[in-house]
Amino acid sequence: MWLYFCKRILLAVLIVVVAVSLLYSMMHMVPGDPVKTILGPRASPELQAQIREKMGLNEPLPVQIVKFIGRVAQGDLGEDVFKRKSVNTIVFEQLPHTIYLVLAGIGWAMLVGIPLGCMSAIYRNSIIDRIAGVLSVSCIAIPTFVVALYSVLLFAVTLKWLPAIGAGDGESLGSYINHLILPAFAVGLGWVGYLARLVRASMLEVMSEAHVRTARAFGLPESTIVFKYVLRLAILPTITLIGMGIGILLSSAVFTEIVFARPGIGRLIFDAVTSRNYPVVMGAVLVTTVLFVVSTTIADLVNALVDPRLRPED
Amino acid sequence: MKDPALPPTATQMPSTWRGFVKALRRVLREPLGALGLVLVVFVLISAIGADWLSPFEPNKIDIRAKLQPPSAEHFLGTDQLGRDIFSRVLVGGQIALKVSLVSIGLALIIGLTLGLIAGYGPRWLDNSLMLLFDSVRSFPTVMFALAVVTLFGPSLTTVMIVVIITQIPIYGRMVRSQTLALRDAEFILAERAMGAGFFRIIGMHILPNVIGPLLILASMDIPFVITIEAGLSFLGMGVRPPTPSWGTILNDGYSYIYNTPWPVIAGGIPVILTTLGFTFLGESLRDVFDPRLRKEI
Repeated sequence: MWLYFCKRILLAVLIVVVAVSLLYSMMHMVPGDPVKTILGPRASPELQAQIREKMGLNEPLPVQIVKFIGRVAQGDLGEDVFKRKSVNTIVFEQLPHTIYLVLAGIGWAMLVGIPLGCMSAIYRNSIIDRIAGVLSVSCIAIPTFVVALYSVLLFAVTLKWLPAIGAGDGESLGSYINHLILPAFAVGLGWVGYLARLVRASMLEVMSEAHVRTARAFGLPESTIVFKYVLRLAILPTITLIGMGIGILLSSAVFTEIVFARPGIGRLIFDAVTSRNYPVVMGAVLVTTVLFVVSTTIADLVNALVDPRLRPED
Repeated sequence: MKDPALPPTATQMPSTWRGFVKALRRVLREPLGALGLVLVVFVLISAIGADWLSPFEPNKIDIRAKLQPPSAEHFLGTDQLGRDIFSRVLVGGQIALKVSLVSIGLALIIGLTLGLIAGYGPRWLDNSLMLLFDSVRSFPTVMFALAVVTLFGPSLTTVMIVVIITQIPIYGRMVRSQTLALRDAEFILAERAMGAGFFRIIGMHILPNVIGPLLILASMDIPFVITIEAGLSFLGMGVRPPTPSWGTILNDGYSYIYNTPWPVIAGGIPVILTTLGFTFLGESLRDVFDPRLRKEI
């Protein structure tokens, strides 16, 4: 057990190291010089040399990568050369907004998707199941940014129920939540589908198992069987799905933050890309990647903990 | 694939025209499969025939007719420069399909090769390829796409590069696990005992068994790629103006969302119809050919 835990964590660390190296080498093998891209073609050679020195670009690439990973491991993401501000500060100012958005999105999706999946499984092959199935696939298929745009059009522009832009006045919690509703709706809609389908499939699987048959034979009421014996087991795969889905959630957060002009890490990366601000792009992409790797790892570990059958043999 | 000496393949891919027709019938029997097929055919026809079907030149500017609602002349209205949105939607579809077919095709070839190498090659190579795949997959797709755009600048090629790099690990992983399962199968051992070489085993026995599920997986990725293309173009990180794309139509429409809702509605509907069509069709194709894949969400 512990061996598996250590192996899995080691693998996660390794993945992050390789990913960071890939990202770093990619950023520094650009056709043309990153310094020239940042400063523009007309910068003086002295200034170029100064910035190059500052960004540590004079050393061979492997040395740069090792140094960079060393700095990152100490929690230093570098400095934004434009604003002369630490990338850490910039990224961690924006990160909470994205995390609230993602949590709100996945939260409402769970509240709707899991019961929907349960209903489908209990009344399988009925008309409810069919409708829920079509709804789930449709929710999954429609891209987040289209959902976001259409919800702005419908709820903000046409009906004027909810605000379309920003994250509130920054003072009252009510206004923050009010501004979170539409973005969270857009982020979560696809997940209603994912969760409903997964819960349905895994409930049907559990329902065909021997212990459920036994419970039925003992004459337990159907509701006890569903909630106590089936759902408790059937809910487990959703942990993995959500863990694995953090990447998709973060990706959809980018679109949502841009459509709703919300602050957040997606917006930050977008702005940094537009202004070719390499250190910020690197830092922000890196943080999201680490977030993603950590969440998949936790999902794997939790799964191994609650369901020993899933643990690969050591 | 038509070699009569082949063992029964893992998936029942149609090897003959009759098999294909039979599979098509089974897809059509399901209402969603039929709907998917109709939508996909509709999208394909409108994309292929875009040049003939579009009533206007998609980039023709007519400022006097800007931001018009749908009319008999302009089926989907006009955008802020007076360009006919219907024509732009048609040509945009052509671009979306081209991007998805070309990039999925390339990713398929590279992923297949790497997956075969990982599954059949030495252990260390397998491990390093898997680590590389996992690392590439550890970037959230859109974040990775944005990082790539920072390097190469926004263009159609950049979109394709992003798709290829992010899809290779998916195909590679799948081919690898199928190859691993097959390499010690009895019929392969027998073949090896009879002196078959590496290329014969890979080409004649492993490849035909792997290709079926791989193609189904790839066809189910088309909506994903269309979403990525439209999404990046929406962000201004994909197709460059004035080339029409569903994403840029949406982006233009979003800027004028308080003036007129039509460009946003017109740009979103083709994206929704296409992704729905390909998803419905892909799901029913998968159920027909390989029900085992159903478990892998």
